[in-house]
Amino acid sequence: MGKVTFIEHDQTKHVAEFKHGSSLMQIAVDNAIPGIDGDCGGECACGTCHVIIADEWFSKTGVPNEEEEQMLSMTPERASTSRLGCQVIATDAMDGIFVYLPEFQM
Amino acid sequence: MSTISKTLYDIQSHVINATSKIVPMHRQIHGLKLLMGAKKKAFGTRRPVPEFVESAIPDVNTLALEDIDVSNPFLYRQDQWRAYFKRLRDEAPVHYQKKSPFGPFWSVTRYEDIMFVDKRHDLFSAEPQIILGDPPEGLSVEMFIAMDPPKHDVQRSSVQGVVAPKNLKELEDLIRSRTKDVLDSLPLEKPFNWVPMVSKELTGRMLATLLDFPYEERHKLVEWSDRMAGAASATGGEFADEGSMFDAAADMARSFSKLWRDKEARRAAGEEAGFDLISLLQSNEDTKDLINRPMEFIGNLTLLIVGGNDTTRNSMSGGLVAMKKFPQEFKKLKAKPELIPNMVSEIIRWQTPLAYMRRIAKQDVELGGDTIKKGDRVVMWYASGNRDERKFENPDDFVIDRRDARNHMSFGYGVHRCMGNRLAELQLRILWEELLKRFDKIEVVAEPELVQSNFVRGYSELMVKLSPKNDS
Ligand code: HEM
Ligand code: FES
Repeated sequence: MGKVTFIEHDQTKHVAEFKHGSSLMQIAVDNAIPGIDGDCGGECACGTCHVIIADEWFSKTGVPNEEEEQMLSMTPERASTSRLGCQVIATDAMDGIFVYLPEFQM
Repeated sequence: MSTISKTLYDIQSHVINATSKIVPMHRQIHGLKLLMGAKKKAFGTRRPVPEFVESAIPDVNTLALEDIDVSNPFLYRQDQWRAYFKRLRDEAPVHYQKKSPFGPFWSVTRYEDIMFVDKRHDLFSAEPQIILGDPPEGLSVEMFIAMDPPKHDVQRSSVQGVVAPKNLKELEDLIRSRTKDVLDSLPLEKPFNWVPMVSKELTGRMLATLLDFPYEERHKLVEWSDRMAGAASATGGEFADEGSMFDAAADMARSFSKLWRDKEARRAAGEEAGFDLISLLQSNEDTKDLINRPMEFIGNLTLLIVGGNDTTRNSMSGGLVAMKKFPQEFKKLKAKPELIPNMVSEIIRWQTPLAYMRRIAKQDVELGGDTIKKGDRVVMWYASGNRDERKFENPDDFVIDRRDARNHMSFGYGVHRCMGNRLAELQLRILWEELLKRFDKIEVVAEPELVQSNFVRGYSELMVKLSPKNDS
């Protein structure tokens, strides 16, 4: 169990609870957080679950594999701590994490 | 493509690129047409260009599995496609057709399998092109929709800014005011053909805006695109005369070169860069000399006009057809206009404007218990995936508040996922917002006429009668 704070582009904050093992995309969608779509349902094939991890939490989220890297590279708003939410699996070490949402999903 | 024609093609694009500074692009394309004509006389064509004559398609249940041929360009028009694909999904989800007019090919028809093929560009190549049949020989222009990474990624990133959401925000007001103009000029209480007056007109205007193309000549964009996408040899379309495709390409090359040069001159004279495609290409280091690589230049522009034309147009018509078949949904929409964005996704799912994309296996691949051999053609039938009962509840129904409408496959998935998806959604959203403001009833008053193609799923005629709202 843990908490994640999603921050929309206009700075609106949403706090959601998560269970170990679900993805950031799933957590956001389950909690109806605006600004994240997840069109492919977590297959790493649409890029509409783009999130930007707060710098200090980035190292806790693992590293993107090649497939994710490729989808991320097509995102115009890509930042240095960008991830696809469906590829970040929440762990207990991420309790309290801050996650920014881009202005648009592609 | 066989090695020989691939080599020939490489030589052609090389020669064209090398001579482009001296010989105008449209002359070169005319030259190609003559060359291909001469070559055909000397060597014959690779495969005879099929001519399609419509005849009644048999009930799928009377056929042996191996005789099912979903490449028939009349399957959609005769409303047989649902039964055909359902049988394949249930009995042969990865199906081999040995002797279609387009040659042998595999069909992948379930949602999950299509997702797999679309994602795995390492196993399935989009090259040299993504339609089932062959385009007119010599006219394989270079489009990134038919390129594999890493080349694809470089090209896509140089043009995607033009339809990126940030740019669309700039365009929204313009699209809305153009939509209003079109809707305000429509006849009331009497039937008219929605396809040319609304769907084609709005997409034509949008394309002219994206390209900053001379506004009065915008019908040309629509014409070129229809010609390029409608070749019989490629999609079973109505244009059996391959020459007309060359003519369209040459005409287009001439216009676009002129547009490019004009813009260059205007910028040199100090005019500010616009939000249009050519301005963006000219501002980008990698593409500012694109005009000197004609096959690529034509390819990228063709891709944008073909990609954004039929697809959006047929979604604009398809939404009305869907409402006609499911009238309670229009009531639902009037009561809850906030459903428009979800409805837009549902329209795009229900219509599936492009039936498929094609791939070629790069190695032997095991799928659904069969082995797809290296070099085989593989067709991902989005039209079937969108109606897969394993994924969508009552998939043939049009349900504007369908929970998972956004999961549709109409935009494809993976690295080639539609670049214009947000633009298409924006146009449809604006269209429906403006329709609801103006009209109380939008009635489809006759059976629509459908297009002949195995690729484009669209309408050539849709008779509609509008009744205004009382208070407006
Ligand atoms: C409802 C409307 C539309 C539909 C259904 C549609 C459908 C598709 C599909 C199925 C693909 C290939 C996906 C794949 O291979 O996985 C695609 C790619 C593409 N579309 Fe669209 N499209 C639409 C509108 C547009 C618009 C408005 C534009 C541009 C103005 C556009 C431009 C493109 C481009 C450039 C590609 C190639 C992307 C790549 O290869 O990376 N499309 N579209
Ligand atoms: S949900 Fe599609 S890439 Fe994450």
